[in-house]
Amino acid sequence: MTTPIIETRNLHKWYSGVHALKGVSLKVEPGQALGLVGDNGAGKSTLINILSGLHQQDEGEILLEGQPVNIRNPKDSMRLGIETIYQYNSMVPLMTISRNVFIGREPLKWSIGGFGILDERKMREDSVKAIADVDLHLRSPDALVGELSGGQRQGVAIARAMHFKSKVMILDEPTNHLSVKETAKVIGFVQGLKAQGVTAIFISHNMHHVFACCDRIVAMALGQIVLDKPVSETSIEEVSEML
Amino acid sequence: MRRLFKLSLQKPELASALLLLLLVIVFQVRSDSVFLSANNIRGILGILPETALVALGVTLLMICGEFDLSVGSVFALMPMTMAVLVVGGWPFWIAVLAGLSLCALIGFLNGWITIRYDIPSFITTLGMLFMARSLTVVISGGFPPRIKPGEVPSWLFVGFVDEGGLVRASVLWFVGIAILISLLLSRTNFGNWVRATGGFPPAAAAMGISTGKVKIACFMICSVLAGFAGMIQSLRLNSFLPSIGEGMELQAVASAVIGGTSLSGGVGSILGGLIGATLIRVIDNGMVLSQIDANWFKFAIGALTIFAVVGNAWLRRRGRAMKVETDK
Repeated sequence: MTTPIIETRNLHKWYSGVHALKGVSLKVEPGQALGLVGDNGAGKSTLINILSGLHQQDEGEILLEGQPVNIRNPKDSMRLGIETIYQYNSMVPLMTISRNVFIGREPLKWSIGGFGILDERKMREDSVKAIADVDLHLRSPDALVGELSGGQRQGVAIARAMHFKSKVMILDEPTNHLSVKETAKVIGFVQGLKAQGVTAIFISHNMHHVFACCDRIVAMALGQIVLDKPVSETSIEEVSEML
Repeated sequence: MRRLFKLSLQKPELASALLLLLLVIVFQVRSDSVFLSANNIRGILGILPETALVALGVTLLMICGEFDLSVGSVFALMPMTMAVLVVGGWPFWIAVLAGLSLCALIGFLNGWITIRYDIPSFITTLGMLFMARSLTVVISGGFPPRIKPGEVPSWLFVGFVDEGGLVRASVLWFVGIAILISLLLSRTNFGNWVRATGGFPPAAAAMGISTGKVKIACFMICSVLAGFAGMIQSLRLNSFLPSIGEGMELQAVASAVIGGTSLSGGVGSILGGLIGATLIRVIDNGMVLSQIDANWFKFAIGALTIFAVVGNAWLRRRGRAMKVETDK
């Protein structure tokens, strides 16, 4: 068996008295597309927030390619190659595409102590390339993200994650609020990740979306994993019953 | 139409720039060409850098999504601190540094309290407005300190730099600082963080930006600029009064808003804030020269502010509608 790209061991999390995660242990193989499903309050978001550095676990450990890691904030998570795409797609609507792609990780012409002058040409060129790489075609990197449709925005968010060479991409409800056509596009993006060797963790309420693009299903309920099967050995009915 | 609309959404200062141009022409005609005469321009250029520097800091802070009502008080506190120290025998430059450091500290407290206790900066800085004003009166001891002309190098800040006596050094300071802050906002990674923090805080935080630190930095820049502007005014008048800058905080907010800065953060430009500040000065001055009752000044500024916000809100709504159109 190969070393899991990401592994959690006995993760616990309490939110002011509520036991949100009750010892979650999960191994994700490299290149896998894992679908994480569960009802509201099942602990999916808590697990994801811990992996993406928004929260920290109270107990348990996280291993990345076999090495124990300490994720204290979103920067740490991104540095380790974990990129998270949220349903609100972590983009600033009134900023341009190229600025959004590089928020917090701007290429600089020169800098002193982490502050410096933006390399705007590189930002433009790289964002055009990154967007083209996910098969999304946009007129200009100078367009405002607010002008894009929901699906296009998720496309840009995925392009951003790809550009920074993520090893694991976490997609937290990326299809919420999207039209049928846009949803198909996002599911297409997720299917495309496999070809590029990127591991994906896809979180959704919608079983059909998960079954359409994942090869393994993990279901959570009340802070625990209640089902973990390859997609070929389970069905929407079975998973729904577990929740 | 659509392109024009997009342009005004991206460059909200455009409309106010056009209004400024229009008003200059109107006042020039109405005042029988006195408005653009050397004497009048000298008057406007004397006070403009002082109010505009305050507006500049407030604009930056508002783009970052926060608010500062304490700038008027800091405007008075900084020169008072400096003057009291100079009278007490401190060297001028050390006193200036001490005054500016105090401003930075106030800015830090404004930001830290706002972030740490998650309260609206409107309230934090309203409290600071009273505290800093009170402090100014307390350290003055009730008697404004007197500094003899020539005792401090005021020429470096307010001396005329040209033969005709039109442009003061303060104009150069102001232009330099304005360019610097403008570049900071548009060309550096810090500027990108400021816009992201003001534009959509959860996204900025998720992308690893310490939004709290970015905001505190903007609070500090805002306070230091207000204090520096107050020092320039005090040196120009060569008197250190505890009452200067009263009402300035709201004029600064008006400048920013008139220049297209959004009250909810993320939108705006330094240039817009400057145009807003210039508009206010031009209206103030032009109304007097056009022999309109000067008591209408505040009415005009108020009306313009409301008009600008309504215009901005309309643009925003249209912007959202446009998004729906592209969803097809």
